[in-house]
Amino acid sequence: MLNYLWGGMILIGIIVSALNGRLPDVTTNIIGSSDETIQIILKLAGTVCMWSGLMKVAEKSGLVESLSKKMRPILKYLFPDIPKNHKSLDYIATNMIANILGLGWAATPAGLVAMEELQKLNKDKKTASKSMCMFMIINMSSLQLITVNILSYRTAYGSTNPAEILAPGILATLVSTIAGVLYAKFKERWG
Amino acid sequence: MELMLFLSYLIMPTMFIIIITYGFLQKVNIFDAFIEGAFSGAKTVFSIFPTFLGLMLAVTLLSSSGTLEIISKLLKPLCNLVGLPSETIPLIFMRLVSSSASTSLLLDIFKNYGPDSFVGKFVSIMMSCTETVFYTMSVYFISVKITKTKYTLAGALIANLAGVIASLYITRFLF
Repeated sequence: MLNYLWGGMILIGIIVSALNGRLPDVTTNIIGSSDETIQIILKLAGTVCMWSGLMKVAEKSGLVESLSKKMRPILKYLFPDIPKNHKSLDYIATNMIANILGLGWAATPAGLVAMEELQKLNKDKKTASKSMCMFMIINMSSLQLITVNILSYRTAYGSTNPAEILAPGILATLVSTIAGVLYAKFKERWG
Repeated sequence: MELMLFLSYLIMPTMFIIIITYGFLQKVNIFDAFIEGAFSGAKTVFSIFPTFLGLMLAVTLLSSSGTLEIISKLLKPLCNLVGLPSETIPLIFMRLVSSSASTSLLLDIFKNYGPDSFVGKFVSIMMSCTETVFYTMSVYFISVKITKTKYTLAGALIANLAGVIASLYITRFLF
């Protein structure tokens, strides 16, 4: 899919440039964009390294694990079909906490194992179970509390107040996640 | 408004205080852990660099050619009906498909309008509450060989749509 998307964007970009009489700028823009990308990535690297460092402290001290354990009552409401103390609950909790903290690299592996465990409970191996649908919808509704990447980009492009979008962002994330959960619960009950 | 701004400033320091204090209480070698994490962060960033480079290039060409302008002009009447800034439409759709491509479009908006403009704030909030739905779904479901995903896609799209609407109203209300 990305093949067509990427190739298409480049070809359309150059053709439309020609039609708009902007062909002379294309070379400058190609070089300029590579230049800009490396500058952005260097700035991003600083922020991401700082955040990864802090999150490693949270991981090593057992904070992530203890937060995951506190998720149990919420998980019981979200996944009533999963038996008590089933292994999948641990992985789901880890995935969610990792997503909330913005630990993408820790979230995906835990999430994949959670899916495997849910598949073991699933009767029809080709069709997603209720628990899987709920887990995936929550996963894709965005859970992240602090979007450090966005902070870094805003800073890079000269924002005077990069952090002012943080609380509004959390509020919006809450709305999207609640909307997803309500829809999933509605489908579970009334098909 | 004041409260929101105050909370925004409070989040980062609070997380630092909690994590560092907890680390102290658990007698963890916190600085070593920080260094280890920071090192792995560098690997993460530079591993996305080639993807990011490719998509920044494509988006720059698309934007400087005037294509994005044309798309946004065509959609303007429709967007005006719901009060959505039409220049954000390509980003909103790309957000569902590719993380790097949507970041490139986000930066294009920052470049043209500034991160502190209304549009800039709206897309910043919107990017914080949405996900790359199609990519995530394929990775997770393929890994367990599930072909019938039932209402998962609909639910994910509803969640993301709710996020976009919420971002728009929150931005309008606060800024």
